[in-house]
Amino acid sequence: MLSKKQKDLIAEIWEGLISVADDIGADALLSVSCVPRSVRRMFASYPGTKTYFSHLDISHRSAHLLSHGKKIVLAIAEGAKDISQLTVTLAPLQTLHAYQLRIDPTNFKLFSHCMLVSLACHMGEDFTPEAHAAMDKYLSAFAAVLAEKYR
Amino acid sequence: MVVWTDFERSTIQDIFSKMDYEVVGPAALTRCLIVYPWTQRYFGNFGNLYNAAAIMGNPMVAKHGTTILHGLDRGVKNMDDLKTTYAELSVLHSEKLHVDPDNFKLLSDCLTIVVAARFGEAFTAEVQAAFQKFLAVVVSSLGRQYH
Repeated sequence: MLSKKQKDLIAEIWEGLISVADDIGADALLSVSCVPRSVRRMFASYPGTKTYFSHLDISHRSAHLLSHGKKIVLAIAEGAKDISQLTVTLAPLQTLHAYQLRIDPTNFKLFSHCMLVSLACHMGEDFTPEAHAAMDKYLSAFAAVLAEKYR
Repeated sequence: MVVWTDFERSTIQDIFSKMDYEVVGPAALTRCLIVYPWTQRYFGNFGNLYNAAAIMGNPMVAKHGTTILHGLDRGVKNMDDLKTTYAELSVLHSEKLHVDPDNFKLLSDCLTIVVAARFGEAFTAEVQAAFQKFLAVVVSSLGRQYH
């Protein structure tokens, strides 16, 4: 599915994002990480996605929003370390999403798009078409694996 | 009738006024052809689209990218009647070019990413939402005359 070159590109991008955060500290993970921002972008552009969070406080920079964004980025980063093992890595999350969260999978696409936008804002010219293609492919694969136990 | 808030109107005008059409247009189209290679099906007579480098260096792609962005400019100048503005182009894309309207969304997503990369952190969640709303209405208008 993903070529070796694409897997390397993805691993490189995620390592770059996570390591910058490590240097600056935990707080910075939340401000430097593009994921809490992706969640905010998704809520702004696709208001229907907010319906899954009626039980949480998802206002700007709320603790819930930041911690949730962090969970997502760590899962995506973990998966990027060995893309061939996605089904194994995501097994617990598959169960969670299938039996508890039951988020309609179209939303995964919306979130992926917002992640790509955040990456573009963060990386500027470095978010080349090749990097974009590889990341889009990876996030699609990630979303597909996440929804595998739905039915 | 689409209702635009003052923020949305000014945001969209602002983005397009700061845009270099000859750079952003080609960048968006080349990105679309690279990230979604099946879109190349509509450009059989554009010559070499064999790999990313070829696509990025292809003058016909660049020219067409600029054309597309000027087409969007028309919409920016007629935000209150996008349906009429794009009626003719919609017929063209349906009857003559036979383009699957799903492709309009792919291109608009790529354009969003190109604009995001250029604006950086200034492309906030709210700015993105306004920009995407505009593109969504354009995309819808372009698909309207299909039957």
